[in-house]
Amino acid sequence: MQLRTLGLALASTALVTTGVAAQEVTLTIESWRNDDLTLWQDEIIPAFEAQHPDIKVEFTPSAPAEYNAVLNSKLDAGSAGDLITCRPFDASLALYDAGHLTDLSDLDAMSNFSDVAKSAWQTDDGAATFCVPMASVIHGFIYNKDAFAELGLEVPTTEGEFFAVLDAIKDDGSYIPMAMGTNDQWEAATMGYNNIGPNYWKGEEGRQALIAGDQKLTDPQWTAPYATLARWGGYLGDGYEAQTYPDSQNIFTLGRAAIYPAGSWEISGFNAQADFEMGAFKPPVQNAGDTCYISDHTDIGIGMNAATDHPEAAKTFLAWVASPEFAEIFGNALPGFFPLSSTPVELEDPLAKEIVGWRDECESTIRSTYQILSRGTPNLENETWGASVAAIKGAATPDELGQQLQDGLASWYEPQQ
Amino acid sequence: MKRARIRWHIAVFLAPAVIVYSAVMIFPLFNTLRLALYTRVDRERVFVGLENFQTLFFDPIWAEQFWNALGNNFWFFIIHMLVQNPIGIALAAILSHPRLRFAALYRSAIFIPTILSFVIVGFAWKLILSPIWGIAPSMLDAIGLKSLFAPWLGKEEYALTTLALVSVWQFVGIPMMLIYAALLTIPEEILEAGEVDGITGMSAFWKIKLPLILPSIGIISILTFVGNFNAFDLIYAAQGALAGPDYSTDILGTFMYRTFFGFQLQLGDPHMGSAIAGAMFAIILLGVCIYLFAIQTRMRRYQL
Repeated sequence: MQLRTLGLALASTALVTTGVAAQEVTLTIESWRNDDLTLWQDEIIPAFEAQHPDIKVEFTPSAPAEYNAVLNSKLDAGSAGDLITCRPFDASLALYDAGHLTDLSDLDAMSNFSDVAKSAWQTDDGAATFCVPMASVIHGFIYNKDAFAELGLEVPTTEGEFFAVLDAIKDDGSYIPMAMGTNDQWEAATMGYNNIGPNYWKGEEGRQALIAGDQKLTDPQWTAPYATLARWGGYLGDGYEAQTYPDSQNIFTLGRAAIYPAGSWEISGFNAQADFEMGAFKPPVQNAGDTCYISDHTDIGIGMNAATDHPEAAKTFLAWVASPEFAEIFGNALPGFFPLSSTPVELEDPLAKEIVGWRDECESTIRSTYQILSRGTPNLENETWGASVAAIKGAATPDELGQQLQDGLASWYEPQQ
Repeated sequence: MKRARIRWHIAVFLAPAVIVYSAVMIFPLFNTLRLALYTRVDRERVFVGLENFQTLFFDPIWAEQFWNALGNNFWFFIIHMLVQNPIGIALAAILSHPRLRFAALYRSAIFIPTILSFVIVGFAWKLILSPIWGIAPSMLDAIGLKSLFAPWLGKEEYALTTLALVSVWQFVGIPMMLIYAALLTIPEEILEAGEVDGITGMSAFWKIKLPLILPSIGIISILTFVGNFNAFDLIYAAQGALAGPDYSTDILGTFMYRTFFGFQLQLGDPHMGSAIAGAMFAIILLGVCIYLFAIQTRMRRYQL
């Protein structure tokens, strides 16, 4: 308090002495990324303030699990910050529909982003974009380079090679072929189904067709990934049924497993934990030479509180977030959270660089269940978790799973009826 | 004639408890029941009567989850009744044996898990039973029974029973303490009188002590019933809100939580959530009524 008064006193002296009449404004950012607090305070905010001395920025995160509830009540009470970190899809769409987020479609800097990047923060018809895309996460496989060298294995590019590699590791016996469990369920869907799936349903083409109702979850391109997942079961460690997500992370970073079905957000954690060299390969395609598709999932955006007192300053900040400069700071400070802007960003982390490079070789898509299709009950995303686990355990056939998901979706989603 | 004085002190002394209890228990309870009669249409709260309950019981998607959770809940309760309470009674009988040494030590050791947080119990048992780091597989290995080990918490057919047994481990101290206290109140003279008639040892337990502690067993059963049908914490701590694998450990509490507060991409639905809470309330109320009117009134009590 005293410090602040001192700061104000100093600031007013400065104003008087220089004679600049510009009004200083303070912008507050709401976020669930409390892990990133130091990054914002030490790197991002100083970089912005250096260019815009008349705007002060404060980053005030809350706990991830509470964020949506805290934010909603703050917005209703009118005490929320000027800038709001946006969850992808329906959570933010609901805020926009309720009039809490401003339409940012006319922000010039929006042209820095592709349509896929923006899709997470648009109205269903794509008419209004209400958050600036910040980062995405990419799925693929991270592998233990030392283990591959020891066993003389090559990085697989096709599904045939992928299973040949797994067989070779299994036969050798010194490593668990693949570290993943089904206890927490979400990995099976996120790192399993939505990791390898886009190669089957051809990324955006299939995802859009599913939303439009032209394809069904019983179609072969949507059930085939379950058949592939069913083959994974034999390569996961003993007792994978009760293996949790942290278990899998530890098994891999301790060097006990050779391959880890991953999301790029693992990179910084793995860099700190693992003392062997890591590489990454993208989800294998069915036949050599097929177009590859990757899940490049939009995860974080930032928007403007419609009730802010400083709309101009907030827009200045958002325009800066959309700039390549921000992308470079953010992308390097958080390897694995990839900036979404179309201008390529030079990343320093080798693993992150390798993964982000797939964007040039493959078609990007997002997780199939996130947009629109998880709006009703039963929730398609949650159902997909269970279905992917059942596939890996062999508890149900791919066709049964497809039928079950299709029935659930059709029960509330009109285009699929 | 002297008018009866209004006895203000009764109201004054009752007031604090009544006000606090009404504010934090009665009002929320009825408000939750009221919430179950509404639904949300385009941001407006609309009164729909019993439609939510109709959805819950008759819509195939909801009904399947509800009956699954209810069935699991009954299984959870049955395990407690068949395992926790008999073991609790047996332990109390052993502890009350006059010649047992270190009885206080055993009593405390067995009771301690009861005061642990669910989160600690859930987490510790998850680690103990973990096929990767757990000590359960290596202990079984040491006695040559490794083949008996399975990733219990990850298998649909075992997970619920395993969790029920973990809960039994945690709470076996409660029936033990209550029965132990009941056993201590049995006067020596009665047992001695029995001895004179030739009733000793095991038959003294079955013929004299057990009939005398039956009312306590009744109370324990109803406490177990209420506790089990309100259970949530252990399942949530060990298996998460989705109560995996494949909803095999889903009980009414986790089902209600998932519906009310939402989960991952599923947005919360307070109205359906309240309907489930209402159903839970009705089930527990029914169970307690059956006990109070059908069982307790018929139970024979002995004047000691």
